[in-house]
Amino acid sequence: MLTLDGISKHFGGVKAVDDVSLTIKEGEIYGLIGPNGSGKSTTINLITGLYAPTNGTVLLDGQDLTSMAQHDRTALGVARTFQNIRLFGNLSVAENIWVAQNGQEQRRQHFMSRWFKAGGKQDQNIDELLQFSRLYSKKDLMASALSFGEMRRLEMARALASNPRVLLLDEPAAGASLEDGALLGERIRAVRERGVTVLLIEHMMELVMGITDRMAVLNFGRKIAEGTPQDIQSNADVRAAYLGTKHKNEEPAHA
Amino acid sequence: MDFYLGLLQILGVHTLLGLSAYVVLLTGQVSMAQAGFYAVGAYVAAMCTAMFGMHILPAVIVAALVSGALAMCVGFPALRVRGLMLVVATLAFGEMVRLFFFNLRWQVDLGGRLVGPNGAEGFRSIRFFPENGWDTGDVALFIWGIVAVVMAALWWVDNTRAGAVLRAVGHDEVAAQSIGLNLTSVKVTVMAVGGAIAGLGGGLYAHTVTHIEHGVFGVLLATFAIAYPILGGLGSVFGTLLAVIFVQGFLVEGLRFIGDWRSLLFGALIVVAMNLRPTGLLGERMPPLRKFFKRNDALKAQSTEAE
Repeated sequence: MLTLDGISKHFGGVKAVDDVSLTIKEGEIYGLIGPNGSGKSTTINLITGLYAPTNGTVLLDGQDLTSMAQHDRTALGVARTFQNIRLFGNLSVAENIWVAQNGQEQRRQHFMSRWFKAGGKQDQNIDELLQFSRLYSKKDLMASALSFGEMRRLEMARALASNPRVLLLDEPAAGASLEDGALLGERIRAVRERGVTVLLIEHMMELVMGITDRMAVLNFGRKIAEGTPQDIQSNADVRAAYLGTKHKNEEPAHA
Repeated sequence: MDFYLGLLQILGVHTLLGLSAYVVLLTGQVSMAQAGFYAVGAYVAAMCTAMFGMHILPAVIVAALVSGALAMCVGFPALRVRGLMLVVATLAFGEMVRLFFFNLRWQVDLGGRLVGPNGAEGFRSIRFFPENGWDTGDVALFIWGIVAVVMAALWWVDNTRAGAVLRAVGHDEVAAQSIGLNLTSVKVTVMAVGGAIAGLGGGLYAHTVTHIEHGVFGVLLATFAIAYPILGGLGSVFGTLLAVIFVQGFLVEGLRFIGDWRSLLFGALIVVAMNLRPTGLLGERMPPLRKFFKRNDALKAQSTEAE
């Protein structure tokens, strides 16, 4: 459903993402891993439209998103979280979800009821998402008052508020313990149960290997491997990228 | 008594000026152009009544619309820049407006008397109020009626999703974009609304003083405009109101008795106020009125999270 076709992003001479193509199928949990600086976050930024690609196209169900504005991509069903959590700390927990209701359906609402409904925070969808994220009892707290884990959950709930078709998670387990990682795995599966396709960027290998259906590995902006977690674990190029090669003169990216 | 009613008029127009900056500031934009929109409103409303014989109410509405439309046009290019660059860009625009009126000469002959903006001389005889027998009290009441309507409207918007969206954009533009908010339309809309409110304030101001000239609408006024919401806090419209009362009522008028030392103390007191209340006099959040209407949320939460 989500296709990257030969996408590249160059910052000056740095090829942050270099000719990457991949296809994520509907209902899949797709992992994207790679060493630091291998272009994972840049790839997400290219999909959401935060960056314009140097080359290549992004397609969602065959529709070309490449030159679309970010808010239009949201309406079509692309949502994301950030590696360094970016909540609206000046709004309450419920309001954080409230402002994110910008999906296709929600946009069709009457102008007045969409923007100027009084007491709109008492919304079924918000309550449901709060319960899904186990944040209901904190709904009136300022988002800045939440614990780290709660912030991560709220950010995911906020991303789900627009009823996305594909959710891009940028290192959701960063800073979490192994046990938290296991719980997070359950949550990501639960997100998939809601009919949302997931693209997961993650360094916590236990998590990625445990829950993804397929995954790709980036190194120096290039895709060096793709396949099931088993395939990846036994892939020599991937090991070389992560652990280095015996032959020091050999460049792993082009091996 | 007239002194206090006159002061009340000043407080009213400055509240509108402050609110115009408040709306824009909610989205994180520091606009120094508000004095420019205020000037446009002042000149347009004055032209409407003094040159074309309109009633004051339609005149200030026309002024608001013209200023709002201008603000919208300024919004598109200006909002492509952020932070300090926006301050400089809007400052430059404000000066441009001021210099436009410095050079504008357009007078009509009304029964042997020339009326209209006359360059550096300014625009004299904006005499709608005295000509129609409004006394100081009537004018104050009229101004505060308009202020009340604007404040009520902004208070209401603040409580809707639109208000939360403005605050979200003000807090983090990247996150706001990522959840599907159209930054350009949000920012241009608030610029237009802010410009309209400033125009309204300017239109009323012109009629309270009967004589306007370009010098009034300079950087100092622009600074005042943005200082009110910052000093008062972005929690609600009442912060701006309180800051206007504090600055215009107390610092400017109340301290007159100390003479030339006033200007010095003025700055010092603002520094003290900002140190004691770094997020503004009334803070960043709306006072929790909602708590009075609290439903049985706590109970509901317990039952749903019992697992």
